[in-house]
Amino acid sequence: MFDNAYEALNAEGDTRWAFGTGFADPLSGMDTAVPAGVDAADLAAYCLMLGDDALIMSHRLQQWCTCAPELEDEVALANIGLDLLGQARLLLARAGKADGSGRGEDELAFFRSDREFRNVRLAEVTNGDFAFCVARLLVFATWRLALMQRLVDSDDPVLAAIAAKAVKELAYHRDYAARWVVRLGDGTELSHARMRNGLDAVWSYVEELFAAHPVERRVGVDPSTVRAEFDGVLTEVLAAATLSRPEVDGLAGVSGHSGRDGVHTEAMGYLLAELQSVARAHQDATW
Amino acid sequence: MTVEPMAEPRDHFEATIAADQRIEPRDWMPEGYRKTMVRQIAQHAHSEIIGMQPEGNWITRAPSLRRKAILLAKVQDEAGHGLYLYSAAETLGVDRSDLVEKLITGRQKYSSIFNYPTLSFADVGVIGWLVDGAAICNQVPLCRSSYGPYARAMIRICKEESFHQRQGYELLMTMMSGTQAQRDMVQDATNRWWWPSLMMFGPPDEESPNTAQSMAWKIKRHTNDELRQRFVDMTVPQADKLGVTLPDPDLRWNAERGHYDFGAVDWSEFKRVIAGDGPCNAERIAHRRRAHEDGAWVRAAASAHAAKRAERVKEAAR
Repeated sequence: MFDNAYEALNAEGDTRWAFGTGFADPLSGMDTAVPAGVDAADLAAYCLMLGDDALIMSHRLQQWCTCAPELEDEVALANIGLDLLGQARLLLARAGKADGSGRGEDELAFFRSDREFRNVRLAEVTNGDFAFCVARLLVFATWRLALMQRLVDSDDPVLAAIAAKAVKELAYHRDYAARWVVRLGDGTELSHARMRNGLDAVWSYVEELFAAHPVERRVGVDPSTVRAEFDGVLTEVLAAATLSRPEVDGLAGVSGHSGRDGVHTEAMGYLLAELQSVARAHQDATW
Repeated sequence: MTVEPMAEPRDHFEATIAADQRIEPRDWMPEGYRKTMVRQIAQHAHSEIIGMQPEGNWITRAPSLRRKAILLAKVQDEAGHGLYLYSAAETLGVDRSDLVEKLITGRQKYSSIFNYPTLSFADVGVIGWLVDGAAICNQVPLCRSSYGPYARAMIRICKEESFHQRQGYELLMTMMSGTQAQRDMVQDATNRWWWPSLMMFGPPDEESPNTAQSMAWKIKRHTNDELRQRFVDMTVPQADKLGVTLPDPDLRWNAERGHYDFGAVDWSEFKRVIAGDGPCNAERIAHRRRAHEDGAWVRAAASAHAAKRAERVKEAAR
């Protein structure tokens, strides 16, 4: 009568773990040689940029866990955070393989300083209310989806495969965020005002998304080429949400440098302190 | 075999229970049965939701991206369990929002285990191993609960719990083959979670007033002490294999009984935690209440928007 899986823990061998334990390398089984004509250093730097965007955005979504306004959104936000974490793992692993350093995903995630992170500042800004959360997610997912749709044709087959997977995920993320922006914008007076504030707060980080870094021009998608598509989607969603486009200027960088150059906001140091604390306290450990 | 409809609804209920068949939402049931089921399912749902907090505490600090993904997925599963358990409770004529209200005002309980703090990343593994292990021992018999919607929800929940439990144990195995600091973390976490895990089976049989009725209604299939003994018997060899010591000097094999003897559970601590004075009771409920209240304007907006849309559809049809 006690036919349960708890007993099975004493079985021998890895079969008791349902799917085995050999998931150390997310790119296991893939040909990771950098194709001729692709600059390996550029490819690695570009994968770091895209990987860091996903890792840091995922972290901000993880911080929503147990705080969502409704259980369904608890599930949805965790799901989106997981998707982005999965993209980050693949992209960081790709970066470590391409640059020949042999650094794995964890070494890159846990043992770089904030000046070495290449994510856009939009991803790292401290969480606000739920309106800020969905405003940021709408902007982030719309921008990233446009990039990934083009990266499906990347000269690097590994990056192209990662992009193909990401496109499906981001289409859902954008849809989820857009629906909430519409509900909140066209909901109550209070929710309309909060959605307005959330969008305004996010908007100062939008310009940076479309300012091309030389690496992006050389090996990836020049983000300035997807601006029109981004604007089209936002115009449609904001109209349905009875909201006008924010009239907020983009933030300047520091001597022209911002996230892609490793120049971040003050929030980034605290984010990494949290993200990296256990890994750095046990440097020789295996997890 | 199905039970033929009977003229007297009470006879139908009794015959269904006697034949080990399921009671379904539209069947007549005694008021006491309905109340007991609502209480049991709601407490279980609340436990899933509150249970997200102690483990959720480590998601942003998980020391590898793989462990982070595993933990985030697990906590997400718990939200999913909460969702379908609330749905199962709703088949008995209650409303999810009322149950949530009862949780955050302290009128309904959740498993006392979640009132203990998670103090290191090893706690994530030990919760998987011991707490999910104890939950499985409690819950597998509930897949045969006499109330259909609950029994069916439990089948899926138990599958996912088993998966979590293996993930927890696998994390501990990895940590035990790591550094001395990691082994010490696992031992420390085991020391802190062992006794609270034994308390998860509830008070001793002689102090469990509802057990007899619940067993007669086939809502419950084994007594608290039976399940607790079974859990100890299964866990001791697992602890040996892991290389940790269970913090009980009286723990030893009794060949005569064919079971492990174990020391006395500190029921006074259990009572204090149940009464609200556990290390984290206030914090857990305050966090839940804050999230609920912070989300009120969002839920209000969703309702207002849905009403506007419905109105527009009506307008268009005119």
